[in-house]
Amino acid sequence: MTATIGSRMLRKEDPKLLTGEGKYIDDIHAPGELWMGMVRSTMGHATIASIDTSEAEQMPGVHSVWTGASLTEAGLCAAPLPCAWPVTEDMVNPAHLPVAVSEAKHVGDIVAVVLADSRYGAADAAEKVIVDYEPLPAVGSLEAAVADEVMAHSDLGSNKAFHWPLIPDPEGTEKAFAEAAHTVSAKFVQQRLIPAPMEPRGCMAIPSPAGGEVTFYSATQVPHILKVMIAATTGIAESKIRVIAPAVGGGFGGKLNVDADAILSCSLANHLGLPVRWTESRTEAAGSSHQGRGQIQHIEAAADADGKITSVKVHLDADMGAYMMLITPGVPLLGSFLYTGVYDIPNLSFTCDGWFTNMTPTDAYRGAGRPEASYAIERIMDMMALEVGITPEEIRARNYIAGGEKFENYDAASTLVFDSGHYRPAHDRALEMAKVADLRAEQARRRDAGEAKQLGIGMCTYVEICGLAPSRALGGLNYGAGGWEHATVRLLPTGKVEVVSGSTPHGQGHETAWSQIIADKMGVDPNDVEVLHSDTAKSPLGLDTYGSRSLAVGGVAIAMAADKVIEKAKLIAAHQFEAAPEDVEFESGSFSVAGTPAKSVHIQELGFAAFAAHDLPDGMEPNLQEQVSFDPPNFAFPFGTHVAVVEIDTGTGGVELIDYVAVDDCGTQVNPLIVEGQVHGGIVQGAAQALFEVANYDEDGNITNPSFMDYLVPSAAEMPSIQLDSTVTPSTSNPLGVKGVGEAGTIGSAAAVINAICDGLSPYGVTDMEMPATPQRVWQAINNSNGGAA
Amino acid sequence: MDVSMTVNGSTHSSDVEPRTLLVHHLRDGLGLTGTNIGCDSSSCGACTVHMNGESVKSCTVLAVQADGQDITTIEGLADTARADGSSTGDMDWHPMQEAFQQCHALQCGYCTPGMVMASVSFLKENPNPTEAQIREGLEGNLCRCTGYHNIVKAVESVAGGAS
Repeated sequence: MTATIGSRMLRKEDPKLLTGEGKYIDDIHAPGELWMGMVRSTMGHATIASIDTSEAEQMPGVHSVWTGASLTEAGLCAAPLPCAWPVTEDMVNPAHLPVAVSEAKHVGDIVAVVLADSRYGAADAAEKVIVDYEPLPAVGSLEAAVADEVMAHSDLGSNKAFHWPLIPDPEGTEKAFAEAAHTVSAKFVQQRLIPAPMEPRGCMAIPSPAGGEVTFYSATQVPHILKVMIAATTGIAESKIRVIAPAVGGGFGGKLNVDADAILSCSLANHLGLPVRWTESRTEAAGSSHQGRGQIQHIEAAADADGKITSVKVHLDADMGAYMMLITPGVPLLGSFLYTGVYDIPNLSFTCDGWFTNMTPTDAYRGAGRPEASYAIERIMDMMALEVGITPEEIRARNYIAGGEKFENYDAASTLVFDSGHYRPAHDRALEMAKVADLRAEQARRRDAGEAKQLGIGMCTYVEICGLAPSRALGGLNYGAGGWEHATVRLLPTGKVEVVSGSTPHGQGHETAWSQIIADKMGVDPNDVEVLHSDTAKSPLGLDTYGSRSLAVGGVAIAMAADKVIEKAKLIAAHQFEAAPEDVEFESGSFSVAGTPAKSVHIQELGFAAFAAHDLPDGMEPNLQEQVSFDPPNFAFPFGTHVAVVEIDTGTGGVELIDYVAVDDCGTQVNPLIVEGQVHGGIVQGAAQALFEVANYDEDGNITNPSFMDYLVPSAAEMPSIQLDSTVTPSTSNPLGVKGVGEAGTIGSAAAVINAICDGLSPYGVTDMEMPATPQRVWQAINNSNGGAA
Repeated sequence: MDVSMTVNGSTHSSDVEPRTLLVHHLRDGLGLTGTNIGCDSSSCGACTVHMNGESVKSCTVLAVQADGQDITTIEGLADTARADGSSTGDMDWHPMQEAFQQCHALQCGYCTPGMVMASVSFLKENPNPTEAQIREGLEGNLCRCTGYHNIVKAVESVAGGAS
């Protein structure tokens, strides 16, 4: 089998997953395991007056019941859960204990923990714990938090957690607005979303009472980060902790946290000398796993008479939820740099206030700050087009960086440097594939005929920041860790290749892609490559998977380590050939002496020589094993153009997405099959934000749609087939030229869909539509209008 | 309560609590962990298995209701295809499993067993569906990774192959 970079190799991961052989967290058991059942606050904000655990303790199969007070007494779980991104020096960060002691701060906050010998027993006993709450006024919305009259944390004088500015040129911004021929402003709401990977979260801690080790299995995106954070939070020595992420059923950011369940299971298992496990239920997840988005964006844009944008000014209010989780405060900042989009806009002013509410904490969800930014700039571009009196296509064309031509190293107003881009080809191709000219004619016909079903066409030309990240850049943002990734490549004695990956898959297909990189570099069959990952004992160094970083950082590290193996193997080959290393060539896996092609040796044949070490060059260490920690010099900036076509039933307000075109550019593609899959899934998640999904809270902080009955993850029936194409503009940030594609679809699609709806409803005077664009909202917009046409 | 059922061709007799869900009996009782649980409201279909050849959400069936019934899970699907001569590909799988790999119709794989079982059952009911019928036929099964595009392609390819 030959498979190289760029081939559509079928995934090596699939056979296990297609036959039921894949083991997810809930499939793994340990003898004597105890099941945790969480008693969670049913109040948004309340004093915990008393907790009666006596009935629960009497239940058959119950081992023990723990409250915040009894854990404190036992010296357990006393340290707060970590926040690794204090975005300002004076950021307010109230202590977030795994189990609340005196006050519950959101529905789902843990107030007691039951340990029982069975799944059902733990659930039964948790229901028998009686908690006496004294309700406190709750902050049940971001607007209420900003009003700052009711406090989410009783002991704080304000709900504001931080103020963060990014205003590189304040005077330039003001001057641009003062001199503008056109200005537009808007307020956009980024509703709270539930990440909802299909596999709920879960974990199991297995102690070794005599040895002191803890083996921690977790449905996590971040085993390496968990290991450090569990050590820092529980006091268990880092060297005694082994974290294993088994098959992980999706993440989308939802599994990158250090949650209470991790700290509780490790602490209790270590304390009791018994395995402790937990599996989240879907409805429980609404209060036990972080949510995404939760922002109100105030954006203004200034343009000259031709519609050339001269400045963008943004103020963001961001809903932290009740507590700061691992990177909660940093998420809106990740978007700050993208409010100028793909456009050559000389001035950007961005400020963000973070606010506490009595709702589930927020944190990363697919795109994390960048879909929000892309949405705001892409919506405001359409609004400016209306203001200037040109089409959405034209205003974009007039504003592209480098006029839409190919560029490298563009200094953006945000102070970042875009690695490379070439925006016009994707724009042209997407409009052509969507047949926009034909659609405009059909749209006009329906409008003239006054048909009930109107057409809307929307586009989005996005850019995103991937490949998180240069460690120095992260340091500059006060992030608590670096952004490198580690890889080891070993040529085994039998010629097989073992790759140790620091990045950790949860559905992306790392085993396949990494095998292709090795096959391409080393000229071996990809089936001769085994990828070790997701276990800190096998892969001790890594920074895991989020922010579309796996390939652009981890994959590059693997390619670089392979190069080092080849380099060393070349010295062995030269030694065997009795030739000078500079005379030895490497092609398709074989070393040969230049001009003497008959004399050759395949790299896989050198594994045993390096292992046996009977005849290596003088001074050479045995074995062929090389490692690399790659710290990228810059981010990578993938981009693309998406076109959404909607049909709007003006009688019911129902919106149907009838076509979707995406032309994405993620640089070099290792496996286009995997790239397409990532884009498909991302598009549907973004379209779902536009049309269906919202975590609804009432004013007391109760989530009113916690289950899949009413949190509307779309099914196949709500989505169309998707037309894809791509352009390839290699990144200059890494030697493979790769950019990252995990979040691209999500970043492009919400704006494209809402732009399409607003386009379709423009005859009704509708200029904006809040997400999700439910039939009710759409119907109201139509019926609140001034009559208009159609 | 004593229950006895045929699962993937073998008969299993067990003593279960009356409230035990079929999916928990399969997973925790019989160790067949290929069938997954994605929700608690019968919404997601990750737990879809076949009972007497038709798809059911095994979180919505009590183990005692499956007493005396014939259950097939993802672990037994390839065997059913081998038995009726329809298996295919290098792995000798059921054509739907093969099609899911060929079309890249899975990513994290968590919804996949349920999605495959539902798709097999759907094509039995409607061997020559349109794309819209496939989409509607699978609306009880949620996937968060693929956007459904390649799942629909996989089902189409099996339907096309069968016709």
